[in-house]
Amino acid sequence: MVRLRTNRLGCPFVLRSLAAVALLAACTREKAPEQARQPAAAQLPASGAPQATAPLAPEDGQWVRPTKDYAGLRYSQLAEITTANVKNLKPAWTFSTAVLRGHEEPPIVVNNTMYILTPFPNLLYALDLTKPGAPVKWMFDPKPRSEAQGVACCDVVNRGPTWADGKIVFNTLDNNVVAVDANSGKQLWKTKVGDINTGETMTMAPLVVKNLVLVGNSGGEMGVRGWLKALDLGSGAVKWTAYSTGPDSSVLIGSRFKPFYPKDRGKDLGVSSWVGDQWMIGGGTVWGWVTYDPQLDLIYYGAANPGPWNPDQRPGDNKWTSTLFARDANTGEAVWAYQMSPHDLHDYDGVNENVLVDLPWKGQTRKVLLHPDRNGYMYVVDRTNGEVLSAQPYGYINSTAGVDLATGDLKYVASKHPALGEVVRDICPAAPGAKDWQPSSFSPRTGLLYVPHQNLCMDVESVEANYIAGTPYVGMNVIMKAGPGGNRGVVTAWDPVNGRPAWEIKEDLPVWSGALSTAGDVVFYGTMDGWFKAVDARNGTPLWQYKVGSGIIGQPVTYRGPDGKQYVAVMSGVGGWSGAIVAGNLDPRDSTAALGFAAAMADLPAKSTKGGTLYVFALP
Amino acid sequence: MRSARWVGERVSRCEQTLAIASVFVVALLFTACRREERRFRETPPSATPTTVRVSALQPGAMVDTTHVGNPYENNAYAQSEGQRLYNAYGCVGCHANGGGGMGPALMDDKWIYGSAPENIYTTIIQGRPNGMPSFAGKIPSYQVWQLVTYVRSLSGLTPAGGRSARSDDIMMYPGSQALPMHVKPVQSFRPPASEMP
Repeated sequence: MVRLRTNRLGCPFVLRSLAAVALLAACTREKAPEQARQPAAAQLPASGAPQATAPLAPEDGQWVRPTKDYAGLRYSQLAEITTANVKNLKPAWTFSTAVLRGHEEPPIVVNNTMYILTPFPNLLYALDLTKPGAPVKWMFDPKPRSEAQGVACCDVVNRGPTWADGKIVFNTLDNNVVAVDANSGKQLWKTKVGDINTGETMTMAPLVVKNLVLVGNSGGEMGVRGWLKALDLGSGAVKWTAYSTGPDSSVLIGSRFKPFYPKDRGKDLGVSSWVGDQWMIGGGTVWGWVTYDPQLDLIYYGAANPGPWNPDQRPGDNKWTSTLFARDANTGEAVWAYQMSPHDLHDYDGVNENVLVDLPWKGQTRKVLLHPDRNGYMYVVDRTNGEVLSAQPYGYINSTAGVDLATGDLKYVASKHPALGEVVRDICPAAPGAKDWQPSSFSPRTGLLYVPHQNLCMDVESVEANYIAGTPYVGMNVIMKAGPGGNRGVVTAWDPVNGRPAWEIKEDLPVWSGALSTAGDVVFYGTMDGWFKAVDARNGTPLWQYKVGSGIIGQPVTYRGPDGKQYVAVMSGVGGWSGAIVAGNLDPRDSTAALGFAAAMADLPAKSTKGGTLYVFALP
Repeated sequence: MRSARWVGERVSRCEQTLAIASVFVVALLFTACRREERRFRETPPSATPTTVRVSALQPGAMVDTTHVGNPYENNAYAQSEGQRLYNAYGCVGCHANGGGGMGPALMDDKWIYGSAPENIYTTIIQGRPNGMPSFAGKIPSYQVWQLVTYVRSLSGLTPAGGRSARSDDIMMYPGSQALPMHVKPVQSFRPPASEMP
């Protein structure tokens, strides 16, 4: 007779035993504590110790391109606003952009005129700084196609226009590169370089080097083949195209190509590191930052994630996605490449900024680039040859166990490898990385890199993705959450000489704005709940803050006005991938909304509303 | 005798219970028919776009839209097929699992182009100017109706009996493995003149 003798043992005993068994069963599901990597403890550099520097051009008081200079320092030598007087900063004037989506762009200031390029519909305003209240001089409407909004992965943002040779050059969401006369606002040329029907959009800020306009595409979540194109500044004609995948001839890999690591050497790796013709829809888009070294005459940029996100569907290293490229600035010819995240498992991309500095390194001064990658490592790369000098974690990492400096390999942790139909939990950093597009700033005075970033982890489930042209090609259910400590954002002042933070500021929400540093030793950044903040560049002490209308995800800039005063300007207007929950009215009851970002941002609608406004500050 | 009579009473009570139960079961079978119906040859009604209004604003007196109706509205099989197709055709890429992303949320009670089955059908077929692609000629019409069934289920517009009890995937809705049953169904057959995305 199969029957529990509950009468003899007593029901409570049986229940207790069952509970114990259940507990034991649950215990076996817990995995052994994982080996995580995290930044070394923050420590201020010793005064007088050797520090990183960068050559500076004489200060013109302008901000002619989003990075200000070619090296991507985002540093101004203006010093009227200092750590001592920044507390007196007051709004000087504001301007409404008439657009409610995420404002990631910086204002551009040239010849006493400020240029503002909005997110879609990409309106370009010219404001006359010589008149009180900076009235609109002209407005240019490129009339992008409305359907383009449907193929923009992470809000319909734009990262800024650029000024060159009397022209304002910018990209529209529907893949047009437009040049407008900076004085009159008349269109000079317009070149269509991509197709929304294959999922392409454009969101990056062009960089103009000599007579070439360098632009790249977006759409790594749509099965787009990434490229960087160079257009003639005078005519808009396409001079060359460097694809991120495919045969060497289309990647512009030739005799000058000398990668530092053997893993990046070989013929047609952009084809052979894929299965079949997957490279044609394999991603590697170029939507981040391009920087330029005039001495070496090389440009630097990162190619984005491979598609689809589901890694099991694309066996191989998937070159040249999640890769740093150094190319000849004139011909586009590749000089070296370094793939940071081969066979990228977690959308770690590679598009983050490359800040060009001179670094004292083992008794020598090396020309390096500082690249805070999405995978969580601060790559210090010799920019002459692609050698990785160091790769220290600047955020919490458990998905990889470091970078092998001898081989350049990223050591993936097998237990965090996504597998079809399985849920893999607590992968850190999450898909947007330890840091996304939001650009850092480097101060040659302090030798520190000011890195605005986030602290997020994720649970993922791989599902099969079907390729349908012009629609998402992702194959991953993602749910994001705050990383260890619970703070979703961090501002890190990185000491590249010692490979550790000098100081850190923990923020509740991801810090999705750019950073700005000045010769007054003030660092500016904004938060997604709308606080524009100034801190001491040397130690991170909070000095001043001002609450603006909507969350800040823009790039702060500073300039000298026609009246000789120093101004600081920033766009307010929450959105972007992190702010899509507000900009797109998403429903956070679905934790996978916005590719999983909405789950980590469910409180944002209570903390910021939409609204695009420029704020300009000055001392009284 | 005594015991026999007792047995007899017992049998009759049992028969009574059985009779009542079988009435219930038969009734249940009838109601469940449509829920589990699977058609081997599909003859779905064609949508009639001329009668599908995308604006509730009409000059003068209100003339209600002719409702085409969805043949699959109560059908669990069609809904689970709709869920499969929602993933296979990449709807999930933009609208996530109802919360939205590149495209608007589908699990809330805001419907830019209408929540009626024929509204959703025409939205899928025609596309919409702010980014919804047109799938005309790309998806067979019966699959579009299956998608309509699933899309409406995300905000609780389809009868609860036809909805799947639990999700097959990662737990997307906090506190529950099921589809959001707690969502209060909001019928808006006439699209509200709400904001454009």
